Amino acid sequence: MCATCGCDAETTVTMHEPGAHMHDHSHHEHTHNHDSSASKVLSVEKDILQENNLLAQRNRGFFEGRNILSFNLVSSPGSGKTSLLEHTLTALKGEMEFAVIEGDQQTTNDADRIHATGTKVVQINTGKGCHLDAHMVLHAVQNMQLKQNSVLFIENVGNLVCPSMFDLGEKERVVIISVTEGDDKPLKYPDMFHTATVCIINKMDLLPYVPIDLEKLKTNALHINPSLKIFTLSCTSGEGMQQWLQWLRARVHEAVTI
Amino acid sequence: MHELSIVLSIVDIATAEMEKAGGQSILEIELDMGCLSSIEMNAFEFAWMQGIKETALEHVVKKVNRIEGRARCLDCSNGFALQHFYDACPACGSHRMDILQGKELSVKTMVLSQAAPSP
Repeated sequence: MCATCGCDAETTVTMHEPGAHMHDHSHHEHTHNHDSSASKVLSVEKDILQENNLLAQRNRGFFEGRNILSFNLVSSPGSGKTSLLEHTLTALKGEMEFAVIEGDQQTTNDADRIHATGTKVVQINTGKGCHLDAHMVLHAVQNMQLKQNSVLFIENVGNLVCPSMFDLGEKERVVIISVTEGDDKPLKYPDMFHTATVCIINKMDLLPYVPIDLEKLKTNALHINPSLKIFTLSCTSGEGMQQWLQWLRARVHEAVTI
Repeated sequence: MHELSIVLSIVDIATAEMEKAGGQSILEIELDMGCLSSIEMNAFEFAWMQGIKETALEHVVKKVNRIEGRARCLDCSNGFALQHFYDACPACGSHRMDILQGKELSVKTMVLSQAAPSP
């Protein structure tokens, strides 16, 4: 076994950029030619996501200090994140103070829709980026003057893969899936369902027209994450919206009394 | 394509650690990447080739420890290997589990080339 990196002959994952390495280094025969006086092994032990995670905790502390209940909304594009927000903000207007951060690669279309509901909103355009990270949220929040005892929705970039790895400092991660997407979606994109705390199954008004087994969808999601709280609703027909709004009210009340 | 973000974070960590230790360049880097850590290895390798260009890691030898997923069942306490988050406990069929390993994502060690000996 190699003394410096512990690899053995079975391990073939080491990569070497051809022509780029300047000293003789036959890795798997372990004839290292490092001059021991000129090289040194450093124990690093650092989480690759530590920078994001530290900033996320900073956001989380800020939210908790001001009693701001924060939600990170994640889904594939077109599942109805913005529609859910529009309906939620409109229904609870006057009951509680809201703010929204919108994440998209380009355009302010979603922010414009939220602005039309009379809610404070900031749009983050990630350019080519496929997810929001804690650093982006930190800067968005700096410009928002969020009120005490308010609710912050962060609508992530429509992508069911990448945002799962990036903690933003949110209290609840809400994954939204529409019935048109198929009941095996949780199995195909397990990381997002594994890290979410709430799952909203949207577009229930389309259920009669699509070949989907709703119970199977729920079971699949719960197999990946047994503690997931599931809502079924339709932003278009209003079906199931009351349960979601009631839960949200209770959650806000909980946050205030803690 | 979050793998590129991951590669760039590795470059940042490695560069900072090298400078802190007074190294001149990085010869080897060892990464722990759990099999349940949301990293697609093909995408990671592609992002790696692009992301390390003109950085302290450009000529590095990379070693990746793929750590297999292991969990303990919360209902029957059975310990088992976990390939997917939707796997059930093979003993009792429960999906309630404590994941013990497999989510690792860290820079473990590096081999640095030292600065020329001081006179």
